[in-house]
Amino acid sequence: MPMHIGEKDFKKRVTKGLDDDFMRGAVRSAQERLQDKRATAADELGDWEDWRTLGSEIRGHTIEHLDYYLHQLSEKVAELGGHVFFAETGEEANEYIQKVAKEKDAKKIAKSKSMVTEEISMNEALEDIGCEVIETDLGEYILQLDEHDPPSHIVAPALHKNKEQIREVFHEKLDYLKSEKPEELALFAREKLREEFTEADLGITGCNFAVAESGSFALVTNEGNARMVSALPKTQITVMGMERIVPGWEELDVVVSLLTRAAVGQKLTSYITALTGPKQLEEADGPEEFHLVIVDNGRSKILGTEFQEALHCIRCAACINVCPVYRHVGGHAYGSIYPGPIGAVLSPLLSDYEEYQELPYASSLCGACTEVCPVKIPLHEQLIMHRRKIVEDEKKSPLSERVVMRGFEQLVNSANLYRTATKMAPFLTTPFAKNKLISKGPGPLKHWTHARDFPQPANERFRDWFNSREKRGEKNAKR
Amino acid sequence: MKVSFFVTCLGDMFYVNASKAAVELLEHLGCEIDFPKAQTCCGQPAYNSGYHKETLEVAKHLVETFEHAEYVVGISGSCVFMIHEYVHLFEEGSEWQKRAIELKEKTYELTQFIVDILGVEDVGASYDGVATYHTSCHMTRLLGVKEAPFRLLENVNGLQMIDLPNRHDCCGFGGTFSVKMSDISEQMVDEKVEHIEETSANLLLGADGSCLMNIGGRLSRNESPVEVKHIAEILNSRGDV
Repeated sequence: MPMHIGEKDFKKRVTKGLDDDFMRGAVRSAQERLQDKRATAADELGDWEDWRTLGSEIRGHTIEHLDYYLHQLSEKVAELGGHVFFAETGEEANEYIQKVAKEKDAKKIAKSKSMVTEEISMNEALEDIGCEVIETDLGEYILQLDEHDPPSHIVAPALHKNKEQIREVFHEKLDYLKSEKPEELALFAREKLREEFTEADLGITGCNFAVAESGSFALVTNEGNARMVSALPKTQITVMGMERIVPGWEELDVVVSLLTRAAVGQKLTSYITALTGPKQLEEADGPEEFHLVIVDNGRSKILGTEFQEALHCIRCAACINVCPVYRHVGGHAYGSIYPGPIGAVLSPLLSDYEEYQELPYASSLCGACTEVCPVKIPLHEQLIMHRRKIVEDEKKSPLSERVVMRGFEQLVNSANLYRTATKMAPFLTTPFAKNKLISKGPGPLKHWTHARDFPQPANERFRDWFNSREKRGEKNAKR
Repeated sequence: MKVSFFVTCLGDMFYVNASKAAVELLEHLGCEIDFPKAQTCCGQPAYNSGYHKETLEVAKHLVETFEHAEYVVGISGSCVFMIHEYVHLFEEGSEWQKRAIELKEKTYELTQFIVDILGVEDVGASYDGVATYHTSCHMTRLLGVKEAPFRLLENVNGLQMIDLPNRHDCCGFGGTFSVKMSDISEQMVDEKVEHIEETSANLLLGADGSCLMNIGGRLSRNESPVEVKHIAEILNSRGDV
C-alpha cells in the first residue's frame, strides 16, 4: 500500500511516537506557533466565519459538479496544447509518468512538493526505471536526504525534526559545516538545489488548485521552487488529485486566502505560481511540453457517500496543527502520509479499514479540528461516521464491545433496570475501592486506572436524595 | 418557572453533591424542580462508539421521558449536546424527529440556562478560594456555551479566578477513547494537569462531570492538593468570606 508508512501495527507506531521526546518537543512547539499565527491571521482578515462559509460553499459546489469542472479543465488544457491523462489508480498514473520520462530520456527529475505523488509512491516508480528524483521543497529535501524519512505533516513534512537534527542530516550527507540557524540551513539548501534545477530534464509539480475556466494550475510555496521546477526543465508534468479544482479565478482567490492563513498564518505565501499550459509562441520561458495527470485513486468512490465533504479539503493542515492526539503521537503514528484528523478520515477511505481501522478511534472527538477547518468539514463527525460504518456495516467491532453496547442499550432503555444497576454499583465496586477511590480497576477500568484514580459510585444516588427530600416535603424549602 | 432536571449518569452516581447543588441553586433562583424518574443515560457512549441503532432506542426513551417538560436543564454540556444531536439521528421529517426538535429547543446546560433564560449573572454566591476553570470541548465548541460559566464565576464573592493556559485543549477524556487509547489519553490529561499546576490555583472547576472525573483522577493519583468541583457547587455556596 503506497500511502502506508512505518510499522504495520498501530499500537507499536503509537508507542514509538510517545517515546520520542525530540519529536514531541518539535511538534509541540510547531503546533503552538502555527496555532497562534493562524488565529492572528484569521482575526486580521475580519469576518473569518463569513470567509469560511464562502470557502465551504465553493468547495461544496465544485465537488457536487466535479465531472463538469474536470471536463472543462481538460478541454482547456488540451486547447493550450497540453496532454491530459485521467488515472483511475496510482499504478496507472505512475505508468503514464514513467512513459513520459522514458520518452524524454529523463535522467534527472526536479520535483516540487506534492502529497498526491507521495500517495501513489511516484518517486519509487521513477527510481525503478533509473531516474534520479530530486525533491526541491526544503522539508521534502531534508527527508529525502535522511534516507527517505517519510513526511509527518502535509504542509511541513519535516515538522517532526528540530533544527539540530536537520543540521546533522546536512552535515552527514552534504558535508555542511555551518550552524543550525534556519537561515543558514535554508541558504545552503537553496544553493545546492539551484544546481539541480538547471540540470533537470523533467519537472514534476503537484497542484494546490486547478482553475477550470482557464486550464491553469496554482501552486502555493514559500521557496519559489514550484516556479523553478516549471520554468527550467523542457518538459513538465503536473499531478493533481481529482478534487483539487476550483471553477474560476474568483473562487481561487477565496480558497487561497483561506489556505495560506489557515496553514501558516500568512496573508500570502512568498510565491503563488499560476501555470497555464506549455510555453506559447510569444512567451519567453516555461516548458515546451506539458502533461496533466489527474489522479482518482479511490476519490470517486467517496463521491455521493456520507464522506463526500472530506473531498472539500484544501490540505491546509489546520486540523493537524490543533489536534492534541497528533501533538502527542506525531504524524508517523498514523501510518499514512495523511496524518491528523483529516488523515484519520481520508486514509480509510482511500485505502481500507483493514489497514486503517484504528485511525477513526484515535481521537477524543474534542472538535478542535472541526472548529478550525477553513472549509467547514465536520471532521469529528466524519470520524463518528467511520465508527458507525465499522460497527454497523462492516461488523468489525470487537465482540466484547458489541456485548457491552447491547447490554448498555437494554440497561438505559429500562428505567427499572437502570435504577437497579446504579443502586448496586457502589456495592459491586467496594472490593476494588479504598477511601472511595479505585486505583486498580477490573476489566476496561484497568486501562483507565493505569494513570488515574476512578471514583467509587456514591451510596446515596442523587435520585435517592431527591426522592427522600420529596417525601419529607422539603422541596423548595431553601428558597 | 418549571424545570425538569436532567441529572446525567455521572451526576446521579458520582457527582451527587454537584447535582444537589444544581437543584438547590435553581430553586434559589425561583425555579420549581421536577425530576422525571424514568431518565437514564443520554446514549453518548454508544453514539460516539458508532452504535447508532442502539442510540436511537435510547434517544426515544429520553424524548418520551422529557416530553412533558417546560424546560430541561442538565449539568453536563456534553450530555446536553447529545440530546441536541438526537435531531440528526431520526429520519428527516419523521414524527420522532419533530419530537426531538421540540426537546432540543427546550434543553439547556445549567449555566447557559441561568444566564440566557433566567437572565441572571450574579447568583449571589460567595466562596473563598483561588480557582481555575476547565472549558470542556463539547460544551464550548459543539453546544457553543463559551461565556456563561465565566460570567457567573466572575460574580462569586471572594472567588479569585486564574486563566488556565491552553484552556482550549482537550483533557483527554473522550469517552471510550480514555480506555481504548489510554496511553494517548494519559499524555493529554498529564498536559492538562501541568497547566493547572502552572496556575497555582487550589481549585479546579468545570461544568462537565466526565472531564472532571478524568482530570480529578489524575490529580488524585499524583496526590495533588488541587481540589476538583463542579461549577454548581460553587454557585450554590453562600458561606462567609
